[in-house]
Amino acid sequence: MRPLRALLARRALLLASGLLLAALLLLPHATPLFAWLFPELDRPLYVQESFGTLVLAHLGIVLASSSIAVLLGAGAGLLVSRTAWRDLRPLFETVIAISQSLPPVAVLAVAAPLIGFGEWPALIALVLYGLLPVAHGTLSGLDAIPAHLREVALGMGMTPAQTLRQVELPLAAPVILAGIRTSVVINIGTAAIASTVGAKTLGLPIIVGLSGFNTAYVIQGALLVALLAVVADQLFEWLATWLAPHTAVE
Amino acid sequence: MIDISNVSKRFQHSNAVDGLSLQITAGELTVLIGTSGSGKSTTLKMINRLIEPDSGSIRLAGEDIRQQTPEVLRRRIGYAIQSVGLFPHWTVEQNIAAVPTLLKWPAARIRNRVTELLELLHLPAETFRQRYPHQLSGGQQQRVGVARALAADPEVLLMDEPFGALDPVTRGSLQQELARIQKLSGKTIVLVTHDIDEALQLGQHIVLMDKGRIVQQGKPESFLLQPANDFVRDFVGQSDAGVRLLGLTTVASRVQPTARAEGEPIRSDCTLREALSQFVSRQVDRLPVVNEQGQHAGALLFCDLLGGKAS
Repeated sequence: MRPLRALLARRALLLASGLLLAALLLLPHATPLFAWLFPELDRPLYVQESFGTLVLAHLGIVLASSSIAVLLGAGAGLLVSRTAWRDLRPLFETVIAISQSLPPVAVLAVAAPLIGFGEWPALIALVLYGLLPVAHGTLSGLDAIPAHLREVALGMGMTPAQTLRQVELPLAAPVILAGIRTSVVINIGTAAIASTVGAKTLGLPIIVGLSGFNTAYVIQGALLVALLAVVADQLFEWLATWLAPHTAVE
Repeated sequence: MIDISNVSKRFQHSNAVDGLSLQITAGELTVLIGTSGSGKSTTLKMINRLIEPDSGSIRLAGEDIRQQTPEVLRRRIGYAIQSVGLFPHWTVEQNIAAVPTLLKWPAARIRNRVTELLELLHLPAETFRQRYPHQLSGGQQQRVGVARALAADPEVLLMDEPFGALDPVTRGSLQQELARIQKLSGKTIVLVTHDIDEALQLGQHIVLMDKGRIVQQGKPESFLLQPANDFVRDFVGQSDAGVRLLGLTTVASRVQPTARAEGEPIRSDCTLREALSQFVSRQVDRLPVVNEQGQHAGALLFCDLLGGKAS
């Protein structure tokens, strides 16, 4: 089971990365294609920035915001699952749920006048948005560990820290990773919206296209965002196959 | 070995353990038995400080258990539970090596110890070492659980209904195994169960608990021959008491070496309870007996089931 899943995951990852690379290489030469598809447009290909630069910038902002979201989400989830902090758990879950219910555009609209345009308001919105799946994954992953395993770990003489590191975290890891995966994939899509406040991302051609009635720009930006999301998703699928040897079935 | 003195533990609305005092002798297998809520598991978990008593004290090898940190104490005490509790993300070897690793034994010593224990529990080391718990049967998992509890050669072994979740056949063979290991190693074992047959078969000293107090304690026979009150009589099972009594004695102690009988022989290490079953199902009044090597050893007479000729 596991070798098959790992093999499939590796192939899917290679395929998705190949497609993304091909799109990046071919898009700059695709003027004839888009001119044929959209004959009414004067400039059918987005050339203000190179697509490579936009992908790197997009990845940068996703990486930064997701790292912060993972640290905060997993850290806080871990904290409120411990006995000493358990009382805070309902409050924590409410706050996280509220942050998720705010539309990212609204967060950007509020944040931009307060801290100005550019990357910073985008980062804040993306972090808030990425928290929920990570925190949820952490909490449900830890909840799913049978109570007797914790008792046995303590009963054989592990300290609480050893129990967490050697037993609880490894067993919760697949569920935590699934939460991070959801968070990152959503984040890649949401990061495109950050271009409305001036952050440089793959959302740029989309927003320019939308405001200038240039559908070709929108398609070019959306294609790359979608491929990026697929690559990230497959990367996590591949990581997951390395995490859970004990769930393998012979 | 373990000296529990006037220990009480109260949970929300009830006394789980109520002024309990108990001496557990070194090298003996002590069984704590009772219905659910009798306080037997709470008592067991107070010995390794998974539960802290409200009052009273517990001494292990003459030393108050609160003198050490819980972790150091627990590494001296083996612990096995009903649901086995093998770590599913660790191999059999890693599971058994858990406590030796915590104690920072050198790798070679750990490896040898794992091999030794797997062999002791009749699990071929090379086949099982690298398996994960989900690849084992329930009985094999429980064997690994026992091996893990024994790994660091603990002074005391605590077992909380270790065989509760197993089918009767597997349970029976593991009970025999435990009795063998206990005899071999001379370990002090405290075992919690609600199964009176398990208690009678394994226990050298049995402690019957109810509502957090000891109702009766002593050798297995004393529960059948001198039950302290109606509660004990009910618990032991009045109607089966005689048959259970036969289960405590082996054929070897009643066999007539000079007597002869026809038919399929029974082994001298069987219990008289099994012999009784043979008498009844074969409709005979004497059975041929062979010793553990399969050599002829005489015959068992039905009338000798009653008399304590050699006991």
